[in-house]
Amino acid sequence: MAAPQDSVDFARANQSHADIRDAVRDLCTRFPDSYWRESDRQREYPEAFVKALTDAGWLAALIPEQYGGSGLGITEASIILEEIQRAGGNGGACHAQMYTMGTVLRHGSAAQKAHYLPRIASGELRLQAFGVTEPGSGTDTTSLKTTAVRKGDRYVVNGQKVFTSRVQHSDLMLLLARTTPRDQVQKKSQGLSVFLVELGDAYDKGFSVTPIDTLMNHETNQVFFDEFEIPAASLIGEEGKGFRYILDGMNAERILIAAECIGDGYWFTERATRYAGERVIFDRPIGQNQGVQFPIARAYCNVRAADLMRYEAARLFDAGEACGEEANMAKMLAADASWEAANACVQTHGGYGFAREFDIERKFRETRLYQVAPVSTNLILSYIGEHVLGLPRSY
Amino acid sequence: MKVLVGVKRVLDAYVKARVKPDGSGVVTDNVKMSMNPFDEIAVEQALRFKEAGQVEEIVAVSIGPAKSEETIRTALAMGADRGILVEADAEIEPLAVAKVFKALVEKEQPELVLLGKQAIDDDCNQTGQMLAALLGWAQGTFISKIELGDGNVTVTREVDGGLERAQIKTPAVVTVDLRLNEPRYASLPNIMKAKKKPVDKTTPAELGVDATPRITTLEVQEPPPRAAGVKVASVAELVDKLRNEARVIG
Ligand SMILES: Cc1cc2nc3c(=O)[nH]c(=O)nc-3n(C[C@H](O)[C@H](O)[C@H](O)COP(=O)(O)OP(=O)(O)OC[C@H]3O[C@@H](n4cnc5c(N)ncnc54)[C@H](O)[C@@H]3O)c2cc1C
Repeated sequence: MAAPQDSVDFARANQSHADIRDAVRDLCTRFPDSYWRESDRQREYPEAFVKALTDAGWLAALIPEQYGGSGLGITEASIILEEIQRAGGNGGACHAQMYTMGTVLRHGSAAQKAHYLPRIASGELRLQAFGVTEPGSGTDTTSLKTTAVRKGDRYVVNGQKVFTSRVQHSDLMLLLARTTPRDQVQKKSQGLSVFLVELGDAYDKGFSVTPIDTLMNHETNQVFFDEFEIPAASLIGEEGKGFRYILDGMNAERILIAAECIGDGYWFTERATRYAGERVIFDRPIGQNQGVQFPIARAYCNVRAADLMRYEAARLFDAGEACGEEANMAKMLAADASWEAANACVQTHGGYGFAREFDIERKFRETRLYQVAPVSTNLILSYIGEHVLGLPRSY
Repeated sequence: MKVLVGVKRVLDAYVKARVKPDGSGVVTDNVKMSMNPFDEIAVEQALRFKEAGQVEEIVAVSIGPAKSEETIRTALAMGADRGILVEADAEIEPLAVAKVFKALVEKEQPELVLLGKQAIDDDCNQTGQMLAALLGWAQGTFISKIELGDGNVTVTREVDGGLERAQIKTPAVVTVDLRLNEPRYASLPNIMKAKKKPVDKTTPAELGVDATPRITTLEVQEPPPRAAGVKVASVAELVDKLRNEARVIG
């Protein structure tokens, strides 16, 4: 099969990348399609998979060695997530455990880092919930309404979040809330703060969660705060600078999501290629028809192109250089490419693309998310328009 | 106790083998190569002994092209302590492999050599037996269970018609079968540590072994392509075909 056995990881020459790929693939073979199909059908959290990944240290890849992680770069982390998707799995169940800690690592106090990071690295604590989006603000993050008001050694939180993923499988949640009213700051992006909230006993103290049923097996929720008190020590960094802290983590997230889409894209083109070569209709493999072959070939071209942009963004990120442009482009190109590949794969499979046992429809549902979350395609285009091309701000 | 484990680099079990156009062998360039699955089981067993405090050091040995170092790294990433790569470019046959192991045993003085019962590429199933003979050691082959005793090992062997339990004296050579255990996957911290573990390099010549092949491969052929299946209309027709065409039932 001419399909992509190995991607454009020119760093494939780099043995440690090859080792990472092989080891993650090896782990993933123990969680075959049937495992994911069943957890999708039951709408179950893929606990066994997440545990295996945690125990083998993969989710602690980005945590520095001094805190018990492996101290790898975003390139390696992206390879890990790519391989999970490429093996037919869904890293969305736990990818945030890899990178949400970045905010604590970069902006937390020495005490916060020493207390939380080793526990996150070992998996004892899960920090994979991130409460930013609200019903009334959505894409317009800085107009969020949730408030945190300082009272002595505590903050009192009131408000609501929506689409807060994995909160029921998290011990900690990163929360963005307004600490200074909008009319007392010069810019909307000021007066927001980030908190690291312990969820252990939160449920008895004014914190509540209502799940949202979605297209795919993805635990996401509405979260309500009603006079919910948290220790003042939960504040990360300085009060009022939270939006900047969140922005700091976004490039990493975009590169990692791009890699997941690339893994999906390869999975779809591999499945489509295989099926097109095997399915015989009109006495020949359907893949012999250009009408079937070309959409797969085109999808493959686009996945590979996005893959290059992912490596470029990751390279800049790991070198400590500005990579907002590349990270955004990689995320958009990859999400588009995986969706195109998903569509070509369904079309290639005809009716069987809709049959659950082929897993195509499941991956099709799963990969669709990435054109909307964590940032929608239009917002990336506006970023490129405004910040890269210098066009007027459109919103 | 020190254990020597053999880890051979072979065509990955899930890759479809393709014969070279000149029929001289199987294509191994640009295809995925992995550790021989039986050897993975041997490594896993050594690790379990180590975790149980019965083994102090695990040395992974690979004999083959320079790239076999990757296979050693895999063993190190699983948890082996160090590696020895015996570089040999030409096809190396079981007797030469056994002689290399013998030389290494004399140098390393292990009490146990754990090997796969066979390599999935050439399916020779000879190395362990030859090594035991060359060393004059006891051997336990095709084992599906193993317990370390004081100066002995108890092994359960998979033989025709059942299981055989035997106690053999150490030092010994043991070759492992599929059902012994399920090998672990490498963890990220162990992959990172593996990079720092030493891998010594040597050659058969340096060990005083003449590895010149004694067998000449005349030809390798693809298996005949599978003929298309037929659909039968009824059970009666199926039975008839099984009996009279395939002749698999009486
Ligand atoms: C499954 C799932 C999981 C999620 N997980 C999390 C999570 O863990 N934490 C979290 O904080 N959020 C999460 N989100 C929220 C996600 O980040 C938001 O859905 C996303 O940012 C878009 O916000 P919105 O849904 O309010 O859409 P809106 O902001 O209402 O936008 C709707 C559409 O209009 C477009 N649009 C809006 N304004 C403009 C403009 N000016 N120009 C052009 N187009 C525009 C958008 O691109 C979008 O296509 C999740 C969402 C989903 C679906």
